[in-house]
Amino acid sequence: MAEPQPTNGTKNPYDPTVFEGPQIRKKRDVPDGLWMRCPGCESMLYRKTVAENLEVCPECEHHFRVGGRLRVQQLADPDSFEERFAEIAPADPLEFKWSGKRYADRLKAEQDKSGNTEAILTGIAYIKGRRVALAVMDGDFLMGSMGSVLGEKLSLLIEEATRSSLPLVVVCMSGGARMHEGALSLMQMGKTSAALARFDDGGGLYIAVLTDPTTGGTTASFAMLGDVILSEPGALIGFAGQRVIANTIKSELPEGFQRAEFLMDKGFVDRIVPRKELRSEIAQLIDYLKP
Amino acid sequence: MAKDNGNGPAGGYQLPFEKPIFRLERQIAELEGSQAESGRDFSSEIRKLRAQYVSLLKKTYQSLTPWETVLVARHPKRPLGCEYIDRIVKSFVELHGDRRFADDRAIRCGLGRIGTEKVALIVQHKGRDTKEKIACNFGCAHPEGYRKALRVMKLAEKFHLPVVTLIDTQGAYPGVGSEERGVAEAIARNLLEMSRLRTPILCVIIGEGGSGGALGVGVGDRIAILEFAYYSVISPEGCASILWRTGEKASEAAEALKLTARHLKELDVVDEIVPEPLGGAHRSPAEAATNLERFLVRTLRDLKRLGPDELLRRRYDRWRRMGKVIHLELQTAAKS
Ligand SMILES: [Zn+2]
Repeated sequence: MAEPQPTNGTKNPYDPTVFEGPQIRKKRDVPDGLWMRCPGCESMLYRKTVAENLEVCPECEHHFRVGGRLRVQQLADPDSFEERFAEIAPADPLEFKWSGKRYADRLKAEQDKSGNTEAILTGIAYIKGRRVALAVMDGDFLMGSMGSVLGEKLSLLIEEATRSSLPLVVVCMSGGARMHEGALSLMQMGKTSAALARFDDGGGLYIAVLTDPTTGGTTASFAMLGDVILSEPGALIGFAGQRVIANTIKSELPEGFQRAEFLMDKGFVDRIVPRKELRSEIAQLIDYLKP
Repeated sequence: MAKDNGNGPAGGYQLPFEKPIFRLERQIAELEGSQAESGRDFSSEIRKLRAQYVSLLKKTYQSLTPWETVLVARHPKRPLGCEYIDRIVKSFVELHGDRRFADDRAIRCGLGRIGTEKVALIVQHKGRDTKEKIACNFGCAHPEGYRKALRVMKLAEKFHLPVVTLIDTQGAYPGVGSEERGVAEAIARNLLEMSRLRTPILCVIIGEGGSGGALGVGVGDRIAILEFAYYSVISPEGCASILWRTGEKASEAAEALKLTARHLKELDVVDEIVPEPLGGAHRSPAEAATNLERFLVRTLRDLKRLGPDELLRRRYDRWRRMGKVIHLELQTAAKS
């Protein structure tokens, strides 16, 4: 397939593994009021109605992004989530600084703002009565980017699932690798994939749930390694960022490019599952494959 | 010592920090010229200048900044993947195609001998002249490249050959076809399968270690890097454009990313640094190849001693240790 070439050999087209940009921010344009506007259908919606509908627009089924804690509440049986590995927190191994800012300060600010130590929650939970190892990425924390903590907590959870023979459910939401931890972030892709290989060798069932957005190094590692890969409707799923691709090929991107429906069409997602059906779909898959 | 005038091994391509080096080179060449012309003996001056040249080259290359290292790693005359194959590998038999879609020229795969050892090779290649660069997409592989690599690695596993990968890419190709054919899935699959391939895997970053596109053939038992190569989660330009909001701060970004061989060794991302000839691999490709060959022969011999179970246990532990975190003492039980 002929594709336009990069313009020259030395100008890097911004390697796709890191995918960070303003497009990952929440799309609610009426932030904290009683009402919000749906970016899908432009309807003004009563915030409480949306919350009761699992943060999905009742008019057009647009799926709003949800943070880690809320996602756990939506997915797990009430009060069933026992958090594990919460003691693992980020270091600043590179002492990373830019424009007078420090990664260490940025982490502190994110922690204070969110009340979480990192961009992933891990634990044991029940989904419709089925016991699972559950990991939920949190797009509210540094855009759900993957650093050492994410890799370590996820690997520990996968090892726990291997030992206890539990199905593994990972809800992905990520802007890609976290550049503030340099190559150590990149290595988390290898580390989590190695843990998944052992889980697979042990006969474990891994259900990946892709949500908006799942990009960069997250997609190019555990997100794409599910035995079954589910996605919420309309989720952005890809490796390279759309602006990077558009700049490289110097033309418009196809309609629906890198959306969940596009990926299913191309053969990389098993099923598109509306949020309100996620619990029953996961339970059903467990009953078929790992009862 | 090789004469390094404008057409010497550096190819007349002058990196910004090499000005004084090139000036000395010119002086030596001029003196040699007038010696030949006039018949007068300048040999002691020439010897003195050459000694100066060597010590300047040494000093310059010992204290490269991270950004200068990136420039060396991208030097247009730096030896490329296939050129190392030509110099190191005996009787190379290339194997083409992923049996799914195409033969990606950005990743060359095949069988060959290194020293006395039969190996499978996975080599990223950027291309030397314009025609070749276009054919192999400047070293930016598509999913079919990663799938071909996996096919050949599985072949190596089946027939008990160790795998050697040479890494040199800016990254996987960011294009529509690449995404449509699942480049993320292809890389992810390689990471998983390489972590459990029951044969030794030895990976060397020879130039640019461009993020996931590099890691996609970069999981193994030993990861080495050439002295002036780099390995990073994102290009310095990309990082600068996101964090500094301008690609022009690439030099600061290179500094912050800790992407040089020395830093990566400190972070345990790489196990070993393979030394380069004085003034970088581009000044003496033959010597660079000899150093690499020596490293490969020695490490292949080491890895061969381990049985597959022990090999895989150690590989897992190596990768499992990647990263740096702290453990908090939690006062209260965590709640949902
Ligand atoms: Zn709507």
